[in-house]
Amino acid sequence: MADVALAAPRTESQSAPKRTVAIPAGLRCASPVILFLLLGFIAPLLTVVAYAFATPRSFDVFRSFTLENFATIFDSSNTVWMSFAWSLAFAFCTVVLLALVAYPIAYGLNRVFGKWSGLISVLFVFPLFVSENVRLYGWTLFFIKNGVLDGTLKTLGLAGGPEVLFTPGIILFGMVYVYLPFMLFPMTLGLAMVPRDLVDAARDLGAGRLMIWREIELPLAMPGILIGMLLTFVLAAGAVAEAKILGGQSVIMITHDIEIAFTYSQNWPLGSALAVLLMIIISGLALFVMSKLDLDRILGKR
Amino acid sequence: MDMEKRRSGLFIGLWTGFVVLMIYLPIACGALAGLSRGRYFGFPVKEYSGEWWQRTIDSFEIATIVQNSLLIAGIVTVISVVIAFFGALAFARYEWKGRKLYQKLLLLPIFFPQPVLGLALLLWFNSLGLAPSWQTAAVAHLVWIVPVVTLVIAIQVYSFDPVLEDAASDLGASRLFILREITLPILWPGIWSGALFAFLLSWGNFPLSLYTAGADSTVPKWLYSKMVAGYTPMVPALGTMSTLAAATVLLLGGLAMMLIRRRAAE
Repeated sequence: MADVALAAPRTESQSAPKRTVAIPAGLRCASPVILFLLLGFIAPLLTVVAYAFATPRSFDVFRSFTLENFATIFDSSNTVWMSFAWSLAFAFCTVVLLALVAYPIAYGLNRVFGKWSGLISVLFVFPLFVSENVRLYGWTLFFIKNGVLDGTLKTLGLAGGPEVLFTPGIILFGMVYVYLPFMLFPMTLGLAMVPRDLVDAARDLGAGRLMIWREIELPLAMPGILIGMLLTFVLAAGAVAEAKILGGQSVIMITHDIEIAFTYSQNWPLGSALAVLLMIIISGLALFVMSKLDLDRILGKR
Repeated sequence: MDMEKRRSGLFIGLWTGFVVLMIYLPIACGALAGLSRGRYFGFPVKEYSGEWWQRTIDSFEIATIVQNSLLIAGIVTVISVVIAFFGALAFARYEWKGRKLYQKLLLLPIFFPQPVLGLALLLWFNSLGLAPSWQTAAVAHLVWIVPVVTLVIAIQVYSFDPVLEDAASDLGASRLFILREITLPILWPGIWSGALFAFLLSWGNFPLSLYTAGADSTVPKWLYSKMVAGYTPMVPALGTMSTLAAATVLLLGGLAMMLIRRRAAE
């Protein structure tokens, strides 16, 4: 096997042939990424876990061990579970709505738009490069009193726009808006995995539309759809900008509680304990879904 | 049957058009607000002016944060593309024992809420004794962007036939020669789009910068602080400029990629 990618100096590979055999080329190529993620991703998460067991309101990480932070959270007088409930409920609704919104578009990108698909995909990718607060703030300008909607309706002689800002509904709307690409693209990849011949064959044999969809399209596209659902659920469960910018903090999300513990109240151990609970929910879900998927197939290995 | 097909095609087209319109509507609202004359936004806009654009361009404070954003995005692009190039080969090209595990590890930072990741990194930097600044923000961006770029390049690697490398090696080509003459040219489109993603995602990133940049500010972070307290029309003006800048980069990047593709095809 030619491990050309790592352009190691020739002399080294000649003088130490044994070591080259011992470490497979794949691992050598992966090592910078692995090392970086261990230091930049795994280590921070472990720090959070360590803080979650430290004395409340202290910075005694690695030197104290207590379950007090978790006891505070699970105390019946604590209402922080409301934030968890809101975040998870919002995330669930976002996933359902996005699946409905994105499916026709993903189908179109695969089957209907033909040569326009590339351009249309770019239109959906581009918003990812505009920070979410700018886009959400645009909605504030749209819905605010004397804003675009209100002003337009008044000019037309109507009563003016509905007051939707600072309600839970608009937060959900904002999440659906922000996370659309994260559902659309995995779903498009998933639908691309459905062989067209199979659909045609089923149709020739007399299968109805609903039957083709239920028996062929949906099961074969499922890996992509699952990734999209997982991705949007996770991102929405940890979302905070929508509630702050559009919701006017009418609803406190769990990430907001974590942030408050880290900043204003300077109670890092409590914030960490909350973060650990959120991480357990998220990573449990992520690992469960990912164990069911074969990434090579989805990303296009032939 | 054909009639039915056309009708569903029409529905899909209309729906897609509607969603695209919704996606760009708030961006258009921001552009309007940045170009209207008054201190407070009202619609229909009574008078347009470039005053707030001018003030934004003249502001020293904004020049500094734009510099920060550019610097972070530049550093993130270079580092992430180099690391992710090898990471993508390990992801898609080589068969090795820990590959499935590695693929999952790589996805985890993408499948993680960014505000929580930002706070976790803040804790980590603090326990290392690092004061948060634009440098730590760049590291935070990398944690999220390296996996994204690796995936983008990996998709290109999947379509790459390793037999080409083996053949060159059998014919006596050196590793460096193969890397330069075969591997890199074939993977260029993937590397290039990875670099575009890295730059633009870093440029627009808000949640990671918010928690890890410390006293330094980036464009999205500054915009957020003004949205929460102290609105001025410079907020939508700068927001629009930042969007236009991203669009320009994307457009130029796309053109360059088409040129690369065409040259590769020749």
